[in-house]
Amino acid sequence: MKKQTMFLRMITASLLRRRSRMLVALLAIAVGATILSGLVTIYYDVPRQMGEQFRSYGANMIFTSSNGKKLSKSEIDSAKKKINNSQLVGAAPYRYENMTVYERPLMAASTDFDEAQKTSPYWRVDGEWPSAEGQALVGQEIAATLEVKAGDTVTLVYDLDEAPATADEANKGERNQNSRDFTVAGILDTGGNEEKYIFISVPDMEALTGKTDVFDMTELSVSANRDELEKYADTITKNVDGVSARLVKRVTQSENTVLSKLQALVLLVTVIVLLLTMICVATTMMAVVTERRKEVGLRKALGASNKSIIFEFMGEGLLLGAIGGLLGSVCGFIFAQAVSMNVFNSSIQFHWVLIPITIIVSVLVTGLSCLLPVRSATDVDPALVLKGE
Amino acid sequence: MSLLEIKNVSKIYGPLKALDNVNLTVENGEWLAIMGPSGSGKSTMMNIIGCMDKPSLGEVILDGVDIAKESGKKLTEIRRDKIGLIFQQFHLVNYLTAVENVMVSQYYHSMPDEKEALEALERVGLKDRAKHLPSQLSGGEQQRVCIARALINHPEIILADEPTGNLDEANENIVIDIFKQLHRQGTTLIVVTHDPEVAEVAQRTVVLEHGRLVNEIKNEGFEE
Ligand SMILES: Nc1ncnc2c1ncn2[C@@H]1O[C@H](COP(=O)(O)OP(=O)(O)OP(=O)(O)O)[C@@H](O)[C@H]1O
Ligand SMILES: [Mg+2]
Repeated sequence: MKKQTMFLRMITASLLRRRSRMLVALLAIAVGATILSGLVTIYYDVPRQMGEQFRSYGANMIFTSSNGKKLSKSEIDSAKKKINNSQLVGAAPYRYENMTVYERPLMAASTDFDEAQKTSPYWRVDGEWPSAEGQALVGQEIAATLEVKAGDTVTLVYDLDEAPATADEANKGERNQNSRDFTVAGILDTGGNEEKYIFISVPDMEALTGKTDVFDMTELSVSANRDELEKYADTITKNVDGVSARLVKRVTQSENTVLSKLQALVLLVTVIVLLLTMICVATTMMAVVTERRKEVGLRKALGASNKSIIFEFMGEGLLLGAIGGLLGSVCGFIFAQAVSMNVFNSSIQFHWVLIPITIIVSVLVTGLSCLLPVRSATDVDPALVLKGE
Repeated sequence: MSLLEIKNVSKIYGPLKALDNVNLTVENGEWLAIMGPSGSGKSTMMNIIGCMDKPSLGEVILDGVDIAKESGKKLTEIRRDKIGLIFQQFHLVNYLTAVENVMVSQYYHSMPDEKEALEALERVGLKDRAKHLPSQLSGGEQQRVCIARALINHPEIILADEPTGNLDEANENIVIDIFKQLHRQGTTLIVVTHDPEVAEVAQRTVVLEHGRLVNEIKNEGFEE
């Protein structure tokens, strides 16, 4: 029989026939490995998950006019055609005009409310989204100054003339104005600039101003990664006359900061879990070695060198590490899957490469935590132990 | 040259002299019994001869080497290559079967050989208990496993500390028979015992008292 065979036979016998103690160590390693592989899976899956989350976080591309004029519907449509239809979540056109309500100047914006809901899903509306012409969505800030709430009526007034050059001219009376009554469908709460506007539908705006097919910009939400987005923006700016497309930096940047913060957190937790596992394994191994002082003494009396004592304990530890790692990589996936389902509402991919990685890491961690306890085993004095403590 | 020469050996634990200027020579192939009351230093002496302990004073020359001056590593080698130990308590690895316990000794010495280990167990009458764990064996059976383990590597010298202390008459006779066989094969035997019957079968008996050798009896009626 080979020496290695006997070595394996001894360490497996030790693990199998002395179950209870080794089970504790195995449990520690398996739990550590589970959290480890689970977190690493999440760590790598988070960018994908977050990308999806952030896309529902608002527009990530805007179209503006490339020649300093306004956009027309046909220009917007031909630009939209450059984007793969399945990736286009929504495209909301916006037009801004100065108006007054009770002589107070303010900014009115027109948009397609259905599309706006897609590109700005985070907008909170107290009341209802406008669903018909003659309804308005009033930004919170304006609503506060005008003291209006959902259900009230506001009258928007638009000056058809160019703005008066002097106060004198303004006071001359008779101004060419259009006005229209709107029912306040809801109050808009976004935490941003949108709270300073009154939103109305495109037909209402066109009726008030008398000018049709005019848009200042279009906000788009596209389900694509950063590189794809950049390519789309490039193609559109180059190939569609009159349209300039660019990415909305605010969202992509915040996506990156949140991502790196989240990943740093995952990393931190991973390190802590590794440390805790090591402490637990080291403590258990220390107890195991103490418990087996007699056996160590006996082995030494039978001619075992310090090296072979270290080898045997290490062998047991590393075998435990490997088994724990294997268990952990499987449980870790289940754990990561559960987290992903609960937090992100989507499943994750199984990375086969994580199995060997988890096993190697847990073998290394176990080995490291066994170093001190195993060293202490070599201090055993066979003469003392065998006297029959 | 004698196999073992103990010259002016003392082992001192603080105020206590466990061994006090002991001189003893053991020839190759000799069968020696050591007797003495409890605490007289018998185990201490066996530990020193067995390279597990060092004397405070004196020389212990085993096969031409002064083991009192050797390093721990060298002592481990000598113990592994030359000495078979049978301890006062039965010491077996509790999670290994009888045959595996015997093989552990082979493992540290050279190569584990299950067939040879089974033969050694057969020699002590335990072939059918080979796959049992120590907890499934009686005290006598455990001691016989220890004996099989001690002789598996064909050591030059067997040190047995109270090998029959916990055995009944029948098991004691089995052990004595094995010692007789070993003696016939030329193995040097040093046996510590309280039992005059076990001492009687040896060639020579020395008596320890308070760490000193006080008596030496040649067994005239020793039968080869
Ligand atoms: N490590 C030690 N430290 C201090 N004193 C010790 C130590 N080991 C042994 N002694 C003492 O040395 C003396 C001899 O001990 P030893 O074990 O050699 O006795 P023994 O003859 O084998 O006795 P027994 O027949 O009971 O086994 C005893 O008084 C014991 O208390
Ligand atoms: Mg003793």
